[in-house]
Amino acid sequence: MKKNEQQLCLSCHKQASVKTFLKSSHAQSNSEGKQNATCVDCHNGSAHTINVPVTSGKESLAVCEKCHEPEAQKFESSLHGKAVLHNKLLAPTCIKCHGSHNILPPTDENSKIYVMNIPALCGSCHKEGTQVSKLSTVSQNHILEDYSESIHGEGLLKRGLIVTAVCTSCHFSHSILPHENPESSINRKNIASTCTQCHRQIESVHVKVINGELWEKEPHKIPACIDCHQPHKARRVVYQQDFRNDICMKCHSDKNLSMTVDGKKVSLFVDINEHNNSAHKDNSCIKCHTNISITNNPICLNSGKVDCSICHESQVSDYQISEHGKVSKAGNKNAPTCQSCHGKHGIMKKSNVNSPTFQTNIPELCGECHGHKTALSADPEFMDDVLIDYSMSIHGKGLLESGLTVTASCVDCHSSHRELKASDPMSAVHENNIAATCAKCHQGIYEKFRKSIHHPDVSDSDKKLPTCKDCHSSHTIERVDRNDFRQTILMQCGECHEEVTKTYFETFHGKVSILGSAKTAKCHDCHGSHNILPQYNPESTLSRENIIQTCQTCHPNSNRKFVGYLTHATHHDRKKFPILYYTFWAMTILLVTTFTFFGLHTLLWLPRSLAENKKRKQKSKKG
Amino acid sequence: MAENTQQKDQASTHIELPEKYKGKYYQRFDGYSRILHLMVILSFLTLAVTGMVIKFADVAVFQFISSLLGGYEVTGFLHRVAAVLTFTYFVLHIHYLLRKRTKKKVSLKYMITGENSMVPRKQDLIELIGTFKWFLGMGPRPAYGRWTYWEKFDYFAVFWGVAVIGMTGLVLWFPEFFTSLGFPGWIINVSTIIHSDEALLATGFIFTVHFFNTHFRPDKFPMDMVIFTGSEKFEDFAEDRPRQYKILLEKGELDSRIVDAPPAWFIRTARIFGFTALTTGLLTVIMIIYSMLFVYK
Repeated sequence: MKKNEQQLCLSCHKQASVKTFLKSSHAQSNSEGKQNATCVDCHNGSAHTINVPVTSGKESLAVCEKCHEPEAQKFESSLHGKAVLHNKLLAPTCIKCHGSHNILPPTDENSKIYVMNIPALCGSCHKEGTQVSKLSTVSQNHILEDYSESIHGEGLLKRGLIVTAVCTSCHFSHSILPHENPESSINRKNIASTCTQCHRQIESVHVKVINGELWEKEPHKIPACIDCHQPHKARRVVYQQDFRNDICMKCHSDKNLSMTVDGKKVSLFVDINEHNNSAHKDNSCIKCHTNISITNNPICLNSGKVDCSICHESQVSDYQISEHGKVSKAGNKNAPTCQSCHGKHGIMKKSNVNSPTFQTNIPELCGECHGHKTALSADPEFMDDVLIDYSMSIHGKGLLESGLTVTASCVDCHSSHRELKASDPMSAVHENNIAATCAKCHQGIYEKFRKSIHHPDVSDSDKKLPTCKDCHSSHTIERVDRNDFRQTILMQCGECHEEVTKTYFETFHGKVSILGSAKTAKCHDCHGSHNILPQYNPESTLSRENIIQTCQTCHPNSNRKFVGYLTHATHHDRKKFPILYYTFWAMTILLVTTFTFFGLHTLLWLPRSLAENKKRKQKSKKG
Repeated sequence: MAENTQQKDQASTHIELPEKYKGKYYQRFDGYSRILHLMVILSFLTLAVTGMVIKFADVAVFQFISSLLGGYEVTGFLHRVAAVLTFTYFVLHIHYLLRKRTKKKVSLKYMITGENSMVPRKQDLIELIGTFKWFLGMGPRPAYGRWTYWEKFDYFAVFWGVAVIGMTGLVLWFPEFFTSLGFPGWIINVSTIIHSDEALLATGFIFTVHFFNTHFRPDKFPMDMVIFTGSEKFEDFAEDRPRQYKILLEKGELDSRIVDAPPAWFIRTARIFGFTALTTGLLTVIMIIYSMLFVYK
């Protein structure tokens, strides 16, 4: 029936354009075996009432709506649709994009709306020099060119990836709206869901930028995709984008601008020059101050604090684990935040000598809280001497006096964002981790240390093994060739090696050491320090092979017999040192006998002599 | 024969001096011996203080003295200087004995067993017993001769001490040399013990027993100046050493020993020096006793 109808129409309407209908999707049969649409379906219902060709956009819209209601309704509220409804001259009609008689499905390569053809279709109006471009407030310059250079354009045009985003992937075809419109697919609020149509697993790619859940739950906390990947120019690399800071600065350049927080007046003045010289100079305001909303007036109202984790995710998550982060989370107002150390708008890279986080400035920065007589130093946990101790240490002198920027500052040991108490097993300065922490610089020492008897890999002792700081201390760490260090090491070793230290102090070495002899042999002069090994180990400085040489450092004429000197001898141990034991007791008996005899001698003599003196005096008086 | 007369003399406690000796001075020590004793005092005090500083290094008061003297390096240096001085007077004394023998043309036998010998003999044992009897009120004071038994003990204590402390001291001074001779390493340890304990004996003995026997005993208190001045009053000499007085009187040798009283300035100087030495010794022994009792184990 219908086919005949078509034949009937075509018998008169012999134009080639009309004939294309036969190949159009309307001419195809649908799943019920019926034809999708016939001539009269579009041309006013019945052959008898055909009056005028469908010319105006409004009319064609009404015709299409009969079958394509959802699309048409979306279209009516779109920018394009409204223009059509207002009979705007340049308004794109259905036909403009889809064609009329030759309507083809978007999957057909010949279709105007085939994915490969869309940039050209849209570009027919949205390019420089067209009448449309003259009307628009949004710049239409280079849209096509930018797109074709973008990763999307490249994918589509050069690699033929038909899954690549085209205009309509982002600007939904029938519901195109300006980006200011909250309903728009390219509104800041919606752009993420628009992009994730394709970029489904983007969270895992952006794990450093967006902290997993944030993407879903608090999208306002993260920048919109387009902040980094500019529309039309989207590349793998992030280009500088020109969100206009001057919009913000219209208000924030006023030095008197302020708001009241908890009864306190807080200045909202922003020195844009400070920002323009900062490490963030290429970032626009909204990249950090993300929480702005078009529904607010001003749009930044109650935007809250900046969340640095947007870009610096790993640093912030370290910070949140840290002691600083914990107390901050607990609501302690004194707790340092990112800004406390890094500053705000004038943020500088740590390589910048003026930055508070520049290596030589770090002790002072940390000392603002952990220093002498700061507001917080009353709390013993703040170790108010720590800065003084540090500045007198070898690290402190190296950094602050010699200006060696490779010297360890606070953060090199405590880590910069993940400071934890030494008692915390996660802490870089925990006794289990300290050796590895020191090894960041002192790798060579660590290589020796881990082969020594003090290292858990070598020792099977169940006692606590010493780590770097047990001998070197932490903040007061000294040059090992300094006298004070050489004296204190005896006590340090003695904390564990009590007996041998006691016997050491019974020998000449120990005794003159007590009297202040720095050069006299100390524990490590003989036993070695980081390479310390038990005597039976051939590698030991005290092994049979090495001991003569070790003694020769002080006693140049050291010989095999000489090294038989018992350096930890005691005459109290009969089993270990019988000769010394018996010598001592022989001497003691000699002393005791002599003193007993002559003590008695004297004690008896004294009263006798006194009595005689008295007698003599009496005699001489009488005489 | 001589012993019989001595036995009788022991009973007499008071001696009538001939008029010519009254108020006169008897020359007991020659200059050589006095200078040697001066050397002994100086070296011994130095060795005692600088040695104890190390022996009792963990006692605060000795640490203070160490720092007062300029630290272990200075005390170590002084100790070695005093050691050299000790070896010097030791050699000089041997030389003195040999010279004396040739000068006076006495036999070696007399030097060893004679009345003036330092070597102990039977008479000393008799006097020792007699002395204890006297202490207990069971007899008179023995008539001591040229040297009493405690003086002989002092003398050999020094002789023995110099040898033992000197030898062990050399081992400690030159340990590499001595071990290179083939001695085992532990002789250094043994030397340390002997050196240290023998020194403890020597200082403890000199600063208590010698000081009392010679200076602090009531009839000499506070100090016997004879070792400095060399001479003492005839009255004191005769009373202290009746046997020697008698022998010399009988031999007629006393006249040659008469000297004038030493000049006042010399006595004053000697007294200042003597008291300084005594005080130093006493303070040292007090510190040693304190350390031994309360600190040292």
